[in-house]
Amino acid sequence: MSAWAIAAGLCLGLAAGVLSGIFGVGGGILFVPTLLLLGLGQVEASATSLLAIVPTAAAGAYRQRAYGNLRARAALVVGGVSIVGAELGVQIATRIDEDLLRRAFGVLLLVVALRLALTGARPARRYPDVS
Amino acid sequence: MTTRLALIGLVAGVFSTVFGVGGGIVVVPLLIALAALPTHAAAATSLGAILVTATAGAVLYAVRGEVRPGYALLVGLPAVGGALLGTHLQQRLSGRALTLAFSALLAVIGVRLLAL
Repeated sequence: MSAWAIAAGLCLGLAAGVLSGIFGVGGGILFVPTLLLLGLGQVEASATSLLAIVPTAAAGAYRQRAYGNLRARAALVVGGVSIVGAELGVQIATRIDEDLLRRAFGVLLLVVALRLALTGARPARRYPDVS
Repeated sequence: MTTRLALIGLVAGVFSTVFGVGGGIVVVPLLIALAALPTHAAAATSLGAILVTATAGAVLYAVRGEVRPGYALLVGLPAVGGALLGTHLQQRLSGRALTLAFSALLAVIGVRLLAL
């Protein structure tokens, strides 16, 4: 691996971590393209991204627990059941047109984004600040 | 409440495999909408859920020999520092600001999925 590739991996990894910590996402949205850029194949990139997410999410969750934001039981239920959901997803993905699904999901995300924007614009009563 | 949480997990699992995006994108808004969590708690709890899912996924891929540990270390190690920094920065954002920022993130990803 060239020095340039190592520097790119470190910088984009750091950015993925910041994104993960702020938004509560895994960071795969940056990990996967970074790993593809470094020359990994699609499956290898997804697999390696999952492994990179483990310490990232662990660090974020650990820190959030100290801040009193983590609902551990809820996290275990959601995380545990999503493993089952992933298996179901494989079945669905192999049966339905991928492009159609992707577009439908894109539209869904935009709708949710709009709803969140409207909630966020409302007075803060329903979503009190943690501070 | 457990039923709703289980439903969120199911939806997240399906979406993450079908669309190749992490579950967090789906889990955070669902925890806000269905489980009535404040935005900061939703993001924190999403990280906990992702920890469980990603661990299971990484083990399954590792068994099949698809994981490249050196590369995972290269991007994962700085990401740990980034996650600590990100959670710290998040505490300085109000619930409303965080909700709006997350909405913007979703919009970007939504547009990307449509544009592909």
